[in-house]
Amino acid sequence: MVIESAPDFETQDLLINVGPQHPSTHGVFRMILEVDGEIVKDLIPHIGYLHRGAEKLCENNDFRQGVGYMDRTEYLASHNAELSYVMAVEALAELEVPERAQWIRMILCELNRLSSHFMFLGAFGVDVGVFGTPFIYAWREREALIDLFEEISGDRMMYAYFRAGGLAWEVPGNFEERVREVLVSTRQGMKDFDNLLTRNEIFLARTKNVGIISAEDAIELGMSGPTLRASGVPLDIRKSEPYMYYDQIDFEVPIGTNGDVFDRYLVRLKEMEQSVSIIEQCLERLNDGPIMPERMPRMLRLPEGQEVYIRTEAPRGEYGIYLVSKGGNKPWRLKVRSACLSNLQALRKMSVGQYVADAIIILGSIDIVLSEVDR
Amino acid sequence: MRGIVKSLATTMSTFIRGPVTRGYPSKHRELPERDRAFPLLLWDKDIDEPFCTGCHACERACPVECMTVIMKDNPNHESQDGNSKRRKIVDEFWIDYGRCMRCNICVEVCNFEAIAMNNTWSGHETSVYDRADLVMDLPQLMAQSKSDEIQEWVAD
Repeated sequence: MVIESAPDFETQDLLINVGPQHPSTHGVFRMILEVDGEIVKDLIPHIGYLHRGAEKLCENNDFRQGVGYMDRTEYLASHNAELSYVMAVEALAELEVPERAQWIRMILCELNRLSSHFMFLGAFGVDVGVFGTPFIYAWREREALIDLFEEISGDRMMYAYFRAGGLAWEVPGNFEERVREVLVSTRQGMKDFDNLLTRNEIFLARTKNVGIISAEDAIELGMSGPTLRASGVPLDIRKSEPYMYYDQIDFEVPIGTNGDVFDRYLVRLKEMEQSVSIIEQCLERLNDGPIMPERMPRMLRLPEGQEVYIRTEAPRGEYGIYLVSKGGNKPWRLKVRSACLSNLQALRKMSVGQYVADAIIILGSIDIVLSEVDR
Repeated sequence: MRGIVKSLATTMSTFIRGPVTRGYPSKHRELPERDRAFPLLLWDKDIDEPFCTGCHACERACPVECMTVIMKDNPNHESQDGNSKRRKIVDEFWIDYGRCMRCNICVEVCNFEAIAMNNTWSGHETSVYDRADLVMDLPQLMAQSKSDEIQEWVAD
């Protein structure tokens, strides 16, 4: 029997629940898809499954204890999360961070950006459907970076290494050689990824012109980081409002043209090359010196009635800390401006009208960390 | 098509590179000196008593409140005809490894260098069947330092 025309009875759209315990949602994220056949008609994201009240916990902890909670908001780039926090405390306490500590912080933050982007490349490969190869390659390179972090700070993910004023302790003696050694394998890993994915026809067919978001929409939704730059907006806080010594460093801000999933992949890959060059420039300028200010109080107390908002460029975008002090050794209010939460707002706009399978890679291309979204 | 061939060439090229995996759990890689597992108490071999005086500094500084310390008068103190200079000493010490977040703050605040992070594999392989078994008491916290199993790394 052949149906000659579309049936004139009303059909109902199907609701599909994805997550919260689903490998492709990168954590505990749930989205409800309204699908017509294979086309996504509507998408309702549900967040909050990983809410731990990190901001509130920080209000009950002093400034050294709070660093540990910051690690756990952005567990793939803990150094960057710590950096925003300690910079906010330093701004209120008017601490002068020694030069050596600043350079080491910059190196570690860029290394963390590399390891975080490797994580993205691997997980994104799985989302696109090449299970195994890119994931394991990314893990191989990330392992070298994480081993390095372990040698420096003692832990593989939750470093708790930055302190308000400087660093917790001095880096090991062979720090520079080790970083250079790791960068060799990182370069090779980036080359592997470039060869493996960038010109792979299957990968291109899967990612080109999928999940496009225009620059105007991206700005309106408050997106930041590589996800925004893929839409062609050259906004990088390291360039626009340089913190630490980024103004002394020569680097470029790669931007995309199309704002699709492929651009978001490519921008991150290009950004990693820039990170490697930043680290090399930092290593050249690294000199001996103290890592903590000479006069540090045993218990840091902030002046009363002051507030500050500090933002830095974390791997996923603008990671901001809003800190209000009413005196004492604890923040009165701490607010984390999460890049992932803002980037996630664009998910619906990107996904509506696409295939269900594409909704998964669009989510993957935003590169969310759910513990940062929910805090 | 060229792109796919290039991808395959990349995959094939890893055949000639060495393996990067390690045969855990039959083989353990060497841990760096600074590796942080869970905190342990250290044993003063010269006097045969713990370094810890039970001063509560670590207990107060712990962000997750995983420690409980009880202090007592040192029976081995000089005034009691002993050979120790410590007037007070730790009586009981519990650390809940299930709560500990390994932030190293207890090591930093200790005035007597009595506590250190375990930097051996024994600190990482702590799985138990019951959560209550993760609450370590004084003899358990001292055992590794007594038998010289750890070389502590305390940042200066």
